[in-house]
Amino acid sequence: MTLLDVATIKADFPIFEKKMRNDARLVYLDSGATSQKPRQVMAAEQYFYTHQNAAVHRGSHLLAEEASAAYEGARETVAAFLGAKSDEIIFTKSATESLNLLAYSFSNSATGRFALGVGDEILLSEMEHHANLIPWQQLAKRTGATLKWFEVTPDGRLDLSQIDQLLSARTKIVALTHQSNVLGTINPITEIAKKAKEHGALFVLDACQSVPHFATDVSKLGVDFVTFSGHKMLGPTGIGVLWGRSELLAAMEPFLFGGSMIETVTMESATWAPAPRKFEAGVPNMAQAVGLAAAINYLEAIGMDKVHEHEVALTTYALEGLQTIKGLTIIGPTNMDSRGGVLSFALDGIHPHDGCQVLDQYGIAVRTGHHCAWPLMRKYGVSGTTRASFYIYNDLADIDALVTGIEATKKYFKVS
Amino acid sequence: MELDSLYQEVILDHYKHPLHKGLSAEKTVQVHHVNPSCGDEITLNLLLEGDVVRDVTWDGVGCSISQASCSIMSDLVHGKSVDHALTILESFSELMSSKGSITGDEEILEDGVALAGVSKFPARVKCALLGWMAFKDAALQGRNEEKK
Repeated sequence: MTLLDVATIKADFPIFEKKMRNDARLVYLDSGATSQKPRQVMAAEQYFYTHQNAAVHRGSHLLAEEASAAYEGARETVAAFLGAKSDEIIFTKSATESLNLLAYSFSNSATGRFALGVGDEILLSEMEHHANLIPWQQLAKRTGATLKWFEVTPDGRLDLSQIDQLLSARTKIVALTHQSNVLGTINPITEIAKKAKEHGALFVLDACQSVPHFATDVSKLGVDFVTFSGHKMLGPTGIGVLWGRSELLAAMEPFLFGGSMIETVTMESATWAPAPRKFEAGVPNMAQAVGLAAAINYLEAIGMDKVHEHEVALTTYALEGLQTIKGLTIIGPTNMDSRGGVLSFALDGIHPHDGCQVLDQYGIAVRTGHHCAWPLMRKYGVSGTTRASFYIYNDLADIDALVTGIEATKKYFKVS
Repeated sequence: MELDSLYQEVILDHYKHPLHKGLSAEKTVQVHHVNPSCGDEITLNLLLEGDVVRDVTWDGVGCSISQASCSIMSDLVHGKSVDHALTILESFSELMSSKGSITGDEEILEDGVALAGVSKFPARVKCALLGWMAFKDAALQGRNEEKK
């Protein structure tokens, strides 16, 4: 078991100085929703606003030059982190926007690989977050295409037994999550992407729960697009990323139109700048891009392999601890094969909302509800779950606190 | 513990032994309400006789606060006129938005005053209101039905 030096890491995160209810320390187990931020990220944003703030790619004064250099530098940092070229990195405001950008760019592209129509299919899975489900539902409605999906197995894995029926020449888009935000399952993406490619389908990877937690080299996954958000990986809110293969970005129509994304404009028409500018209309979230680069630097100083090892160690320990609790059912894989640091569970006789309220009295922050994955909840026959998710600032004591907190919850509600 | 103001015994009693739970066959109107942030759902049957609430039955899934609140509500409005029931609802809504500044009128709200503590937990107010909003919706729809 290889754990990080959490005490040193925690010292970089001011929020852990906060006193919670009843003067409890903060046990933050909700990084799957959003991560906490280190001083280095806040300082990078503040430095930008204090010393470099100007609208990027406009004007030729010193500040405009420095702001543009900082923003483009951030793009290079993201590209290097993903094993990508920097003109393949598009900054958006969130992963949700990245996915909508793709769905709308596809419907704006009337011809070629992106054009969908009646008889075409979009392949998803039952474990998708609403952000990787609804944009595709809507695209299907706009174009007449049909939605298909992989089911999930009772132990929280993607059911690939029907893959040869589900994937065919009709499949134009495959959109899947890398790691489930509810179950913690890591999906076998390279294997599925290889099959998708054989059928000529475009592969969109929702990497919101993977890029922050383990090394992700986009050139090796065999996918066409990758989306994720900055705020789940120590970065600020308001910054998301879309990576796409150069030749695809060159062929795609834009989604948002306006300033910055053009080449020439007349009163009647306009032409587009090359990617990534084509997809970044308006003054972008500059300080947030710079903050995201600082977050990446922070993670890389630790090493993404060490981040993953740390989370595997925590999750192994948590799976053991939680399963000693009578009446607790893990929803998702109960072993560590292809599994990350997200753990959902149900407690007999205690609704997640009620359980969460007691944990909150001990300073323990977990997520409850349907986790923006309502179809998955229906599949498992629950209205919601309680979810604990881990990151670099969590340690074994946090998991002990969770286990003790759940026992206290059962006692409070007189459930044996 | 602060939590005891939220989970009073009377609430846990209603949660474990909810009143009027299980949908009746006879109804003037049926409504289905969800709490989109947590996934809790309720189906409510309202039977009106002229302007009088003859029966309210419900079924659904939810936390102790939403289930207890629904149980209390369904018992309170039984046999009352729609107008009277809606004034009780207004009184309850006022209590829920009070952030703990009022305790509620026991004459009007009966067991409902036990939910006063909920108003200090902003994330839970919508749990307490789920059943009441379903009733309001049903009452307004049902009144239109009766006028036809």
